[in-house]
Amino acid sequence: MKFFLKILKDFPAYLWSGWGAIASILLFIALWDVGNQVYGNLVLPSPLETFKTLYAMLHSQEVWEQIDITLYRASVGFGLSLLFGSILGLIAGFFATASMMSRPVVTILVGMPPIAWIVLAMIWFGMGDETVIFTVIVASFPIIFVGALQGTRTLDGDLKEMADSFHFPWHMKFMDVYFPHIFSYIFPAWVSGLGMAWKIVIMAELLATSDGMGAELAIARSQLDTPTALALVTIMIGSLMFIEYIILEPIKREVESWRS
Amino acid sequence: MEKLEVKNLTHHFGFTEILHDINFTLKRGEVVSIVGPSGGGKTTLLHLCSGLLDVEEGSVSNNFTSSAFAFQEGRLLPWKNVIDNIVVGLLARGDKKSIAIQQAKDIALKFGLEEDDFEKFPKDLSGGMKQRVNFARALVTKPSLLFLDEPFSALDIGLKRELYAHLMESCKEDDMSILFITHDLMEGIRLSDEILLLEADPGHIVKTFKYEMPKEKRDDTFVYEESAKILQDKEIIETFELNSLELK
Repeated sequence: MKFFLKILKDFPAYLWSGWGAIASILLFIALWDVGNQVYGNLVLPSPLETFKTLYAMLHSQEVWEQIDITLYRASVGFGLSLLFGSILGLIAGFFATASMMSRPVVTILVGMPPIAWIVLAMIWFGMGDETVIFTVIVASFPIIFVGALQGTRTLDGDLKEMADSFHFPWHMKFMDVYFPHIFSYIFPAWVSGLGMAWKIVIMAELLATSDGMGAELAIARSQLDTPTALALVTIMIGSLMFIEYIILEPIKREVESWRS
Repeated sequence: MEKLEVKNLTHHFGFTEILHDINFTLKRGEVVSIVGPSGGGKTTLLHLCSGLLDVEEGSVSNNFTSSAFAFQEGRLLPWKNVIDNIVVGLLARGDKKSIAIQQAKDIALKFGLEEDDFEKFPKDLSGGMKQRVNFARALVTKPSLLFLDEPFSALDIGLKRELYAHLMESCKEDDMSILFITHDLMEGIRLSDEILLLEADPGHIVKTFKYEMPKEKRDDTFVYEESAKILQDKEIIETFELNSLELK
């Protein structure tokens, strides 16, 4: 509770530090507009037109339904990865044999292109929710698993000894010695896992389903409706930036204020 | 009578014998230092005495009511600020948090930390300040036996003296005992009732030196004279291999 109050207290200062980021985004939009003037409306619609389309889209019930569908798939996939990746990673980290054996499996999971997984999933599960969720899990699980594994593998033996010398009870050992260290590894892994899940869900939908934002993107492509395509991209990037910079980053800063 | 008694203690890591037949007794209120070259098994011996390592051969019987450990490198929890670091020993034994924090603040001030430092994380502390916190964390629990693993080795002479004084005070007021390892003979002479000389490969006690002079009366002259004397000792010369390093 105290912790969340501290996050809220530091939040305005954090937002204020965002002017640089906003300036860089505006610069990017300016370059985009230059691109529009050089290549024309069909190839690259102007930011203004894109944002107008976006505005219209956000007022349509149907678009929100599609966003809901995508959100559902991404959160189920990511949630399962988060749960199992963290738990299995922690367990694997505590046993030398398990971490050794899991490494090649992780390499396979990371090394295999998501597009190949989508093809396999389409054969296994058909066209639907399962295919998308499966692909999301396969893509984000290894990232979280490795983060949790690294966190437990790198626990500091010296601090454990210190804890033993003061006869820490088990809950103190966990909360004060193990948890902060593991969290400093696992939390960034959750963040990158989430980014991955959000990207993969769109890709899987584009190829394997007839609804969701990915499918909308496929329709926009077939109709050469570039403004709609760009508006969809803006929604995706905007939502990711919101989650990362407004929700996760302040938490991360607070949790890791002890780091240099 | 509270005491730590080590009998016929032998320890192996794998097939290497680290310690061989160690015997000594540390009584309440005494200070015993273990002196010897690096890699001679000093830390292993201290860990066995404090229960951080399990005894394999021989016995260590410790009936001191409480003990604390101050490590060479501080070993502060990097995610906790100064006060929260000092307080861990008190919380671990189940003290009430508000009282424990007040005690931690008091001892922090006594150990030369300032109120501005209380909220700092270890990354923002100098080496000396970390060591002050380390000592405060160990002494705030008012242990009857304190284990020290070369905690002075990286400190400047002023801070060393300051920490010596704090230790002496706790020894006197609370009748605290200390078992500490060092490779600084002068430190041993200044603080100890008894110095155990540990020779390496495998670690065994070759000689013990006893000092009767009350500690508060040991001035620099005493320490220098005794150091000069001890450096002439045949066993000291052999253990630290001083003869092979004769300066030309």
